Amino acid sequence: MAGTTEAAPPAESKQPQVNLIGLSKKDYGGLKSTLCIGCGHDLITARIIDACYNLGVRPENVAKLSGIGCSSKTPAYFLNRSHGFNSVHGRMPAIATGVQMANKNLKMIAVSGDGDSANIGMGHFVHVMRRNLNLLYIVENNGVYGLTKGQFSATADKGSKQKSGNVNPNEPIDLCEMAYMLGCGFVARLFAGNSKQMTSVIEAAIAYKGLAFLDIISPCVTFNNHEGSTKSFAYAKGNEEPLHDIGFVPAYDPTYMEMDHGEEREITLSDGSHITLKALSKDFDPSDRVAAGNQIMEAKHSKKILTGLIYVNPKSELLMDQMQVIDTPLSLLTEKETRPAESVLKQIMDDLA
Amino acid sequence: MTTATAAPPQNTTKVVNDFSFSIATANGSGSQTANMVLLRGLFKMGIPVSGKNMFPSNIQGLPTWFTIRVNKDGWIGRATTPDIIVCMNPESAVEDVENARKGAVLIYDDSLGLSKMRPDCIHYPVPFKKLVVDACPDLKLRKLVINMLYVGVCSALFNISEESLVAALESQLKTKPKAVLANKPAIQLGRKWALENIKKVDAFSCEPLNKTSNKIIIEGNAATALGLMFNGCTAVAWYPITPSSSLCESLEDYMRDYRVNPDGKRTFAVVQAEDEIAACGMITGAGWAGARAFTSTSGPGVSLMNEMIGLGYFAEIPFVICNVARTGPSTGLPTRTMQGDIISVIYASHGDTKHVAVFPSNPKEAFEMAGIALDLAEQLQTPVFINSDLDLGMNYWMSDRFDYPTGPIKRGKVLHKEDLEKLKGQWARYKDVDGDGIGYRTLPGTDHPNAAYFTRGTGHTEQATYSEKATDWKKNMDRLTRKFNTAKTLVPKPVIENKGSTIGLLYFGTTDSSVREAASILEQQHGVRIDLCRLRAFPFSKEVEDFLDKHAVVYVCEMNRDAQMAMVIRAELPNAATKIRSILHYDGLPLTAGVVVSEFLAQHKNEPHSTAVAQQLSQATSAVGSKGRD
Repeated sequence: MAGTTEAAPPAESKQPQVNLIGLSKKDYGGLKSTLCIGCGHDLITARIIDACYNLGVRPENVAKLSGIGCSSKTPAYFLNRSHGFNSVHGRMPAIATGVQMANKNLKMIAVSGDGDSANIGMGHFVHVMRRNLNLLYIVENNGVYGLTKGQFSATADKGSKQKSGNVNPNEPIDLCEMAYMLGCGFVARLFAGNSKQMTSVIEAAIAYKGLAFLDIISPCVTFNNHEGSTKSFAYAKGNEEPLHDIGFVPAYDPTYMEMDHGEEREITLSDGSHITLKALSKDFDPSDRVAAGNQIMEAKHSKKILTGLIYVNPKSELLMDQMQVIDTPLSLLTEKETRPAESVLKQIMDDLA
Repeated sequence: MTTATAAPPQNTTKVVNDFSFSIATANGSGSQTANMVLLRGLFKMGIPVSGKNMFPSNIQGLPTWFTIRVNKDGWIGRATTPDIIVCMNPESAVEDVENARKGAVLIYDDSLGLSKMRPDCIHYPVPFKKLVVDACPDLKLRKLVINMLYVGVCSALFNISEESLVAALESQLKTKPKAVLANKPAIQLGRKWALENIKKVDAFSCEPLNKTSNKIIIEGNAATALGLMFNGCTAVAWYPITPSSSLCESLEDYMRDYRVNPDGKRTFAVVQAEDEIAACGMITGAGWAGARAFTSTSGPGVSLMNEMIGLGYFAEIPFVICNVARTGPSTGLPTRTMQGDIISVIYASHGDTKHVAVFPSNPKEAFEMAGIALDLAEQLQTPVFINSDLDLGMNYWMSDRFDYPTGPIKRGKVLHKEDLEKLKGQWARYKDVDGDGIGYRTLPGTDHPNAAYFTRGTGHTEQATYSEKATDWKKNMDRLTRKFNTAKTLVPKPVIENKGSTIGLLYFGTTDSSVREAASILEQQHGVRIDLCRLRAFPFSKEVEDFLDKHAVVYVCEMNRDAQMAMVIRAELPNAATKIRSILHYDGLPLTAGVVVSEFLAQHKNEPHSTAVAQQLSQATSAVGSKGRD
């Protein structure tokens, strides 16, 4: 198990054949990736599979969603036993909102890209951050359009160079900063080259009951991994500043109570899961909203890529609960549950007569 | 004593229960309650009525006209020129009087100085501003209560029962007893003043009838909302746009009242989206995941939804869009009506798409077709449109009462866990097992390891896997054609009135009353019999094809410039192409019978096509028509 705690729920070291719910790692697999060899996106796909396996997520309870782009292809590469929907460029947040309306019990895992979320889909990105869906929203951020061969996206840094030599004249959009400002309850930035941190944060994000936004810097090996790019593997490795080591302890772990936390800070989520943080650079508490904001601003000012869990609101009410939607998925209702009595229609008609 | 100031025109014939009002006010002045009291008062007397609001795209201060048509024969289409004009808006009063037809009745505040205008009309000046002081002690309420005075004046002048008006007031302001108390004296005072001070010289009056006993008055948007509520609609996403906003608003209101379990939990979810693209995306996601999903919008919204509609068609996702059409390209005339989105709806999106659409004509059909559309969407696994318009959606229609739906809602071909167990997990999402072009689907969350499939807008195989193969692509598109053909057998059939004529008139939607009234005028006054076919859906069913086959000439009557439905008919039923003629109306106002009659006669004079037509026209001289108002 990644992280700093001694707790090792479902211990990876033992390499068990099956997980908590009796499924093997293979049951969480998907089709073979058709992305370029060495693509950061494939590393993220592998960590999503790890995290779901480790947590014992039931794949049938997951809906995989995406927009259009290289990143949006990836839901085909994990969780074959989950329904998937590769939808329209930039509109995944709207699709996700509808899926949640139909079935509030589904955990949604959505993968988007920087073009998909920060350019064409920005309108939907900002609004979905205001709605608390039970959604893991990953942006695989490479600052570049891959499928259309190398144009800048809105997350490309000012002064960053295209492979062709063009320099980006525009200010970048920081999706973590936006998500934080708009009230998202779980905001993290990760680097695809840091597997250990990715697995634990993705696990915590899946367990989080609410919208968890992960901006994962995932260099494009074909169009944006050259000198002058600020989203290359070399640049990201040199400028990454992890906030802390993170351990995630699912709610079901029986050994948790016996743990010795030492210097660590723990955050209890609404389902009883715990996130433990061991501060590296600073004594930073991501559940402190003001501190989180400062952290984002400082990193931006110093041009560092701040990785780790930036902000978490441990208690946030889901949109469907705020809307008092019944527990049975709306998708399963028939006329028995949804058709008001004949007397209701009669009364309405009488009032209009 | 204030009486008619100009020489009154001759009014020897009494006109009973057959005339129309235009009430000119400023919008935001609170006149809507008074207008509704007048409308409902007439309705409560048993007289067929309709109320149409010509309002500006504005919140307060611009001219608005509420027209009420009273018609003993039940023709509730728009009347061309009003018989009675109530001028409550000083801004538009001069123009209103200038535009009045000869012999019209003009009711206005005596301070407006209109008495020297239009000696060919009947003038009834009323001291509204003075009377309101007596009618309403509360200064703040006078602006609102002044409207109720004209209701009282009309009651006296046109014999509208005071009792019916008071009953209408009480039902209109059911939840506001204080407002009833404030308004009632104004009706009574207006009536009393008119009885004592106006010498009636016009011909119009009302007499009780019994033609509304099983009827209601409702706007089409509320009717559609009720249809959705009673037919299992569970997920609603929408973006405000006139004239559709009141649909989702009343739907949410109704569901908050009637779709809440005893524990307070709701059997629905409503989200106001950030734009129409998102609204359509949300119902796409909801329909995919198994909800009965709905949005309402208008033409500009349909334009924004186009990409998502194509995905819904191609990935085969059920959802329903109600397009409440308004006038024009761009912002156009957002508070006027049009049947202008026929092509943009039927062929919405890119790359070979055709969509199922239904066309309600009246509130009862709006109620029924809401349930039909939800069923069709799930049966056919495709987006389905309800094509309404502003006239139906926002105006007040006299309608038959709605029948309680008794059958089960139709969820279409969905495989659940038990089905998958029986099939040993062997199934393919886009395989045409039954030969109707419709595959079986599963819903996310189905607890079976083989339940999942991958949905995409890209080319796919029967097993829903990605494919760029030419043969896979064509096979899939051909299956979608089979599905379209299946739709022809499932959609509502046309309503046909066959009188054995060689001339057909095909129409749809809100033009119903005006077209039937026109057909009656043509028969009674011009001796021309016409067979009618009211389309109720796209694709066209066999009955529509037969109607076109059987008639030598078929007029297609529609409210747009470009003859959009005629284009669709020519494209879909090319054998009928040469016999199609068009009757078009596109000024933003609802169609009148008069337009249909004059357009028809103008074209048919020179119609070489049918000797039967000539025969019928030659008989016209012997026909003695009734009054034939348009």
